Amino acid sequence: MGFAVLAVLAAARSPYLTRQNITRQQPIQFSHKHHVGDDGIDCRYCHTSVETSAFAGIPPTKTCMNCHSVLFSNAGYLEPIRESYRTDKSIEWVKIHRLADFVYFNHSIHVNKGVGCSTCHGRVDEMPLVFQANTLLMQWCVECHRNPAPNLRPMDKVYAMDWTPTPDQEELGKKFMKERNIRTTAELTSCSTCHR
Amino acid sequence: MLDLSSLTERMSAQPQERKDDRPADENLADVSLPPRPLNLAAVRAQLQSKTGKPYWRTLEELAGDPSFEDLLHREFPRQAPSEWDDSVDRRDFLKLMAASLALAGLSGCGRAPEQYIVPYVKQPDGLVQGKPRFYATAMPFGADAMGLLVESHEGRPTKIEGNPDHPSSLGATNAFAQASLLDLYDPDRAQTVTQAGEIRTWSQFLDAAQALAASFQTVQGGGFRILTGIINSPTVAAQLQTILTLYPQAKWHRWEPAVGDGTREGAKLAFGSYVNTVYRPENADVILSIDSDFLASGPGNVRYMRDFYRRRKLDQFAEADRLGNQMSRLYVVEPTPSVTGSSADHRLPLRYGESAQFARALAAKLGLGGGGKLPPGAEKWLDAVVKDLRKHPRRTLVVAGEQQPAEVHALVHAINAALGNVGTTLYYTEPVEAHPVNHLESLRELCADIDQGKVSALLILGVNPVYTAPHDFDFASKLLFDERHKRKKIETVIHCSQHFDETSQYCDWHVAESHYLETWGDVRAFDGTVSVVQPLIAPLYRTHSVYEVLAAFSDKPGLSTYDAVRDRLKTANPSGDFEKFWRKTLNDGIVTGTAFAPLSVPLKFNPASLPPAKESSSNELEFLFRPDPSIYDGRFANNGWLQELPKPVTKLTWDNAALVSPKTAEALQLTHKIASRGGEHGQILSNVVDISLSGSQVTAAAWILPGQAEGVVVLPLGYGRKRAGYTGTNKGFNAYAVRASSALWAANAPNSVIRKTGDDYPLACTQYHFNMEGRHILVAGTLEEYRKNPNFAHEDEEAPPKELSLYKGEAEFPYNRDKWAMAIDLNSCNGCNACVIACQAENNIAVVGKDQVMRGREMHWIRIDRYYTNTDSATSRKSTGDPSEYQPALDNPETFFQPVPCQQCENAPCEQVCPVGATVHSAEGLNDMVYNRCIGTRYCSNNCPYKVRRFNFLRFQDWETPQLKLLRNPEVTVRSRGVMEKCSYCTQRINNARIDAERAENGKGRPIRDGEIVTACEQACPSQAIVFGNANDPHSRVSKLRARQRNYAIMPELNTRARTTYLAAVRNPNPELENA
Repeated sequence: MGFAVLAVLAAARSPYLTRQNITRQQPIQFSHKHHVGDDGIDCRYCHTSVETSAFAGIPPTKTCMNCHSVLFSNAGYLEPIRESYRTDKSIEWVKIHRLADFVYFNHSIHVNKGVGCSTCHGRVDEMPLVFQANTLLMQWCVECHRNPAPNLRPMDKVYAMDWTPTPDQEELGKKFMKERNIRTTAELTSCSTCHR
Repeated sequence: MLDLSSLTERMSAQPQERKDDRPADENLADVSLPPRPLNLAAVRAQLQSKTGKPYWRTLEELAGDPSFEDLLHREFPRQAPSEWDDSVDRRDFLKLMAASLALAGLSGCGRAPEQYIVPYVKQPDGLVQGKPRFYATAMPFGADAMGLLVESHEGRPTKIEGNPDHPSSLGATNAFAQASLLDLYDPDRAQTVTQAGEIRTWSQFLDAAQALAASFQTVQGGGFRILTGIINSPTVAAQLQTILTLYPQAKWHRWEPAVGDGTREGAKLAFGSYVNTVYRPENADVILSIDSDFLASGPGNVRYMRDFYRRRKLDQFAEADRLGNQMSRLYVVEPTPSVTGSSADHRLPLRYGESAQFARALAAKLGLGGGGKLPPGAEKWLDAVVKDLRKHPRRTLVVAGEQQPAEVHALVHAINAALGNVGTTLYYTEPVEAHPVNHLESLRELCADIDQGKVSALLILGVNPVYTAPHDFDFASKLLFDERHKRKKIETVIHCSQHFDETSQYCDWHVAESHYLETWGDVRAFDGTVSVVQPLIAPLYRTHSVYEVLAAFSDKPGLSTYDAVRDRLKTANPSGDFEKFWRKTLNDGIVTGTAFAPLSVPLKFNPASLPPAKESSSNELEFLFRPDPSIYDGRFANNGWLQELPKPVTKLTWDNAALVSPKTAEALQLTHKIASRGGEHGQILSNVVDISLSGSQVTAAAWILPGQAEGVVVLPLGYGRKRAGYTGTNKGFNAYAVRASSALWAANAPNSVIRKTGDDYPLACTQYHFNMEGRHILVAGTLEEYRKNPNFAHEDEEAPPKELSLYKGEAEFPYNRDKWAMAIDLNSCNGCNACVIACQAENNIAVVGKDQVMRGREMHWIRIDRYYTNTDSATSRKSTGDPSEYQPALDNPETFFQPVPCQQCENAPCEQVCPVGATVHSAEGLNDMVYNRCIGTRYCSNNCPYKVRRFNFLRFQDWETPQLKLLRNPEVTVRSRGVMEKCSYCTQRINNARIDAERAENGKGRPIRDGEIVTACEQACPSQAIVFGNANDPHSRVSKLRARQRNYAIMPELNTRARTTYLAAVRNPNPELENA
């Protein structure tokens, strides 16, 4: 009986169910490693609503065409993009970071308070194809909600992929908590914060 | 391992009888609760013996019927073991469940299915993904338009709100406007053009229309008729004028079934022309309504509600919002209880025929000549009213009801003029309706012309005459093949409507009409303001608007609605930059400067000139035809939200009933019983009656309605439809079937026309369950009492001291940031139901159907309880036993409404009993409901003293129908079966506002301002009865209301410390009138 319980718990945390570290094939093999890592494009160029909305925003085909109408404009590799733009049919990206329907996550509050992209999404600038870097289990979210200080960055480093906490992160974190009026643990772990 | 085979064998072998080894339960021994018919005489006896001011909700409660008391104490009578026919004993049941649980666990271990993110190809400018946008539009309704701001998520409308800048709503809406969203996504809507049932394209229709138009050229349009309802769209009116100019012999007929000709013809009688009246109730100290439900129906009702209740809010937070020093006084004279009548300080039940006498008598008393004969008791009432009216010169208002005849309206115009009200409490304008005519005569003329073979082509736009026309006109026969003359009466009939309804089935062409949310247009509101109707979404199907259909017959076929509206607007506003003007109009939701200027119209009517009134025999019954409060004239029959909406006064759902007054019910021996076996609170078995009127007959369930005048039977219109879609067909009875043109609003007939069939019909009524007997829940008083003792709301209270709790209370939750609270002003609530539908739309609340409502399972998160009360004066009067004596207690009770959402208790009984922690307290004071943790024990609902929790007993939500997926608000979870849900103070709106505030100032955050968060119910309420805000902010409106002495919580002795509190109702009775 105990073994059965343990087996279920282990299964729930396994990559099979959480999809952690599993790379998924996309209709177009967009490489973040190339565009972000090599070309240095900022996250917000494509994910435009991350600072104002719950949804970070997946770029419309037009954003791709901003460059690719000129660069590699004849590459066969990029034909699906041009086709999408031509035929007005959206590209159907496979959703990597799947949260349950009863979870209402808001990007804007996180980035505006200093939680960086790479904290949750990992080193996207090193991903040829995006995979989910963390488990996205509630346990993982609540760990930070109970104590956000270790994960807060200087505001100019929120979109920096290579940020790591400095040795003085503890004091810095406390300072950021105060400066940015970050809510108490009781407030952050109220159920209605994420569940409606 | 379990031996399931023996178990199942045993199950099927068990005889279907009660087990004798069940523990005996004495309490349940004799509670077999045979349905006992209601004894009205016992009810009256009880009433006369009661002292104090008890509140009662049902006639059974009042009668002290012991079986009813039992029923009350058993919340779910059906689940009592004595009523189970159970062939499986507990042990076997548990064994079986354990086995299935072990097996079922495995199916939970699956991966969720694939999901895709599908972005735009070219994203529209300014669109932020994930944030809704609001567009201004307007909903046409009768001779009015409701200005709206519609919330659009990802390009589809999901919630309707009022437009704060529009005069007809000032930000609020009514139940019809809220529910109209579901009509857009109605799966039963007609989806294409058809001809004799075959699908056709729009261009084929255009060709046919143009061919017809060409054929009209030679005869100048003779034989071409157009039938519409009330047209208050300037563009449609212009298009119709174009057609009538092109074809001078063509005629335009009107038929609007639920709006009488009285208002129009009364104005003509009084002023010589059709004139529109606009009221200013905020300026009136005394208002007298003669059968007018002006607060809940008729043009401008949302605005009038707002303005009227501004004079009823006592020592309100915003001085600027409270006009005048004194609370206004409302007198209502009406045959049947209405929402307006329920708010009255004094209400006089009078038969419909007697209202005319009343108006005449009032005119005579004011010195205008003429005279009227009043029933005993009404004379004194009238005298007191006249005295009160005279005390406030130029600041009174007299209103006549929409269904009253022309003479009453004319008399009221004369009375208002004599009282000097014109210019302050009302003013006159040109008519809102384009080219008004007498509708009944117009339809009569059309029918006569059809019978004489004069009509060759009939275009029916947006109305359903086969269903709604007076039955003696027999409109269906006009459209059918005439056997006698061996030809069709009309060669071509074209019908344009949203559904393929009773009329469409007899027409040659049916054009599916676009809903107002998916098409352009323009419409005029009750004060003349023009708004442009702006689409929120491209037409879902191949539908077209009335504008396009009219254009098809004109010289500009193929003209789009967009161009038609813009062209007319351009002609009306020729100067300046039209594009800029157009954009501003669309942004604001109104065309500036189009409100009608007040007209000065001299009175041309002399009350003394009226012929003597017909004496109506008091032995006869009066049958009144009224539009239904939720279905209106039948157009909303297929709207599930409105079908399930408990009507304000009767609390019936899914059916209409013949409403009978208590005395008449006694005379006719009509009664009802509460079904106990097979149905809990919620199912009422009512006597079925046959009603023979005007040469026709209809069978209806009867319903006894306290407060209705004696001898009056009300037949609500809109039900009994045969082709209304899945939800609306065959619900209730069809009152139109006995409605004749000679007695459109009232038919007199002897008692014998009502005949009990001996059958009973189950009616779903939400009134009977969740009863709160005898406890201090609704507090009301008079203005005098309040002035003498402002603390009257707390007198009978037994609130425990703050420290009394085993739980740490404030120490556990300091609530030092935001402390959400809600204050509901009972002086402003009249039970109009706008909040109920708004909540349903915002929170994806399911419609459960009649059967489930009869089991008490309706899912509305906010419900409106309706309480009747006896007044002190009624009980102190000694009855002489004379049946003609005016008895206010049962025949005219005072009515109060109390909206009850989740009280968000600080010390919540529900949180303490949830075994899995699915309902917990948030740091801001909300009682959070976490659907994903809920396993459905329902202990929380059991423990809730306010009974505000709703359980999904079945999967009430529709997961399959694609249109309904578009309807849902993506901000709120759609619940499946087995989870509990309840009002969350619109936590999605709170979260969004909190995040916006936290993000501000470069991430430093700012406090949330008062008014930034508006809950759905608060936003919809026309009278602003609900106020939500931060109780920690001393300047917020809710804090100020909570500080008032009138503020009280329901059942404070339970120490729940509810965050939702109420302001006690205060009425303003006239001290000279004995009975309040």
